[in-house]
Amino acid sequence: MADLSIELAGIRSPNPFWLASAPPTNSGYQVMRAFKAGWGGAVWKTLGDPIVNVTSRFAGIGYGTARMMGMNNIELITDRPLEDNLREIAECKVAYPDRAIIASLMMEMKRERWHDLVNAVQAVAVDGFELNFGCPHGMSERGMGSAVGQDPELIEVCTRWVVEASRVPVIVKLTPNITDVRVAARAAARGGAHAISMINTINSLVGVDLDSWNPIPHVDGRGAHGGYCGPAVKPIALNMVADCARDAHVNIPISGIGGIATWRDAAEFMLMGSSTVQVCTSVMHHGFGIVEDMIDGLSNYLDERGISSVREIVGKSVPKFGDWNDLNLDYRIVASIDPLACISCNKCYIACEDAAHQCIDRLRDPLGGTTLVVDQEHCVGCNLCQMVCPVEDCITMVRVDDGSKATTWRDRSLAPAT
Amino acid sequence: MEALIEANRCLTCYDAPCIAACPTGIDIPAFIKKIATGNLLGSARTILSANPLGASCARVCPTAELCEGACVYGPDTSPIRIGDLQRYAIDWLMANDRELFVAGSPTGKRVAIVGAGPAGLSAARELARAGHIVTLFERRPEAGGLNTYGIVPFRLPVEVARWEAAQIVRLGVELRAGVTVGEDIAPHDVLAQYDAVVLAVGMGAVPTLGIPGEDLRGVEDALDVIERAKFGRPIALGQRVAVIGAGNTAIDAATTSRRLGVEFVTMWYRRGPSEMTAYPFEIAFARGEGVAFRYHRMPLRIDGVDGAVASMTFAQTMVIDGVPIAVPDTHETVEVDTVIRAIGQSKLGALFAAFGVRHERGIPVVDDRLRTTNPRVYAAGDCIFRSGMTDAMVVVAAQQGKTVATSVDAALQGVAA
Repeated sequence: MADLSIELAGIRSPNPFWLASAPPTNSGYQVMRAFKAGWGGAVWKTLGDPIVNVTSRFAGIGYGTARMMGMNNIELITDRPLEDNLREIAECKVAYPDRAIIASLMMEMKRERWHDLVNAVQAVAVDGFELNFGCPHGMSERGMGSAVGQDPELIEVCTRWVVEASRVPVIVKLTPNITDVRVAARAAARGGAHAISMINTINSLVGVDLDSWNPIPHVDGRGAHGGYCGPAVKPIALNMVADCARDAHVNIPISGIGGIATWRDAAEFMLMGSSTVQVCTSVMHHGFGIVEDMIDGLSNYLDERGISSVREIVGKSVPKFGDWNDLNLDYRIVASIDPLACISCNKCYIACEDAAHQCIDRLRDPLGGTTLVVDQEHCVGCNLCQMVCPVEDCITMVRVDDGSKATTWRDRSLAPAT
Repeated sequence: MEALIEANRCLTCYDAPCIAACPTGIDIPAFIKKIATGNLLGSARTILSANPLGASCARVCPTAELCEGACVYGPDTSPIRIGDLQRYAIDWLMANDRELFVAGSPTGKRVAIVGAGPAGLSAARELARAGHIVTLFERRPEAGGLNTYGIVPFRLPVEVARWEAAQIVRLGVELRAGVTVGEDIAPHDVLAQYDAVVLAVGMGAVPTLGIPGEDLRGVEDALDVIERAKFGRPIALGQRVAVIGAGNTAIDAATTSRRLGVEFVTMWYRRGPSEMTAYPFEIAFARGEGVAFRYHRMPLRIDGVDGAVASMTFAQTMVIDGVPIAVPDTHETVEVDTVIRAIGQSKLGALFAAFGVRHERGIPVVDDRLRTTNPRVYAAGDCIFRSGMTDAMVVVAAQQGKTVATSVDAALQGVAA
């Protein structure tokens, strides 16, 4: 069995699966259950000054009959006394010394107050800190959370305050509610952060109730934007991880967060540069038990490929991701439909006809049926037909260039005018 | 929830094969999509605009032979349960009374429809929507035809057939129930009072077997057995029933008998299992209900005691050139309490003749727009059913009703159909 143990900026855990700072890590009871189930680490629900929460707090959005494709929350940081949290952190660490426990922190923008919080928390044996510069709702209106994460100067200053007081590694958790996450990540690196984690939740409004016209969720008829998470946000998170992973000015390890629900998601985040991954929504949907298949699936994946340690895959896809201007303009694929596998739903036909390049023909056969044939001369290889096809491997994308040429837009722009 | 899961499973095919397989051409992916989006009103409208008999068809259509048989899912992946989804949408409409259709602007033209069964009702709705004054003549006390009187209640409850007919009547259609054309009103009077006539009279009574003993007490017609069971006045059948015939009505009579508590129900058929006209799923259903089947048996005579059926005698047959022939010296006598005749229904040639319509062995001659040889008279439904041409299904009758309405409307408005 492959070695799943991992390290993020000196923080070790027996596997890369951590619980994100969120409702599942609200108490020692929950974290104990999670560790018993096999989670490698837990980022404790954010500690800070006392707050008051509202009801209701969450809303889910499904697709078809699939529930919780996305989820939105307006819950704030911990509403439990600091001393209770610290005592339970210590108990968990004693019970599970091999697991990583990271304390998420949030505080007003005052150096002394941050120092006091860091010192209070590191009195119990936490393995690291995660600075919550990402929470987009409630606390941001009070100058904390994403209000910090949206201002590179504040990120840098605040990170420095923590690093100067901390005896353990400091992770800065970034908000996606910005235009270029690399600017925020570089600021964290300049401030001395040992790692970054991303993404926190995305500003969102889940919906409007068509009977009452209330926002969803609502608190006594009023709503406020919440933070969006769950499988729907994975592509946004993965892109931001990849952006930071390949940025020379960031250059610190990454803990990936955002829509990770399975070992496959986790492996993708690791290939794009995450050393560990953090999970919340999927646990909120299914419970801590999901980690069993995450461990088993990742382990089997590595074994099948003869990879002895999960550390070997971290960042392996990063060099393959970059600017559009570096893509090969001579690479050409076209669609090919297997007539024996085709069930004649015509989804590909209408998608190409109405929304792509009108390159699929319906040929009438003598028996009155139709056969779908790709006009490969004009097919632009966009993948849409393959995406809408409900039959596995019925439509394949076939390479038709001979691979002898590879010019990019950058090459063409630099080429001397003729 | 189950309906939502099923609705979301539909691929929404383009140029979907299920639509082509529906005799009325319901836009099936559209009505399923509307269920998925919670637009049940729109879903019901999509169904009923294409099929005025959408409520009964949701229950009695042989979907495996039609839409579901054509679904791109299947047989490996189970087809979308289109019939159940149609029923879900229509059940919503039945529970939430909404006016889906209105009568068209009046044309002043008068159309008589003879027979308020599926074909007649379908034609009535479409003609009313076109603005014509429609009178439905029905010999029975209620509209609906076989839907109301002739299909077993566990397949089609009478309330559904009543609701369906009421939807159509409330478009301003005049229903003259209990009026038999040819007895209570003469065909030439109908022709004189109306601009066009649609004959949708279905078929006549179940013909007799033509064997000795048919006048004994305990010899019943299948349609009577079903009708009386459906209206809560079941016929006493005893404990041993012989059903003669092998069509869907024969099956219905056999399963009804079982559900009425008859212990031994046997279907007797002159040919073999592969020649039965009942649908395979119906035959399987009857077996599951405990109905026994005897093939290659021809009824020879019924014997009675004190004027009531006591036994029945059959001969073995062999089928030569498609015709079952009794094999000599193969007689077999069984004890029975009731004999149910279910060997099809007779034709109504005399009525067609009275309307000046040419017919062949009781079946009116019609063109592809269902116009008869009398230019003001049209025909639709089971009365034009010829074996081998089309199936005598409710959904086919519904489509013929639409077709005949289009033809009548075109003729009355003076435009080509």
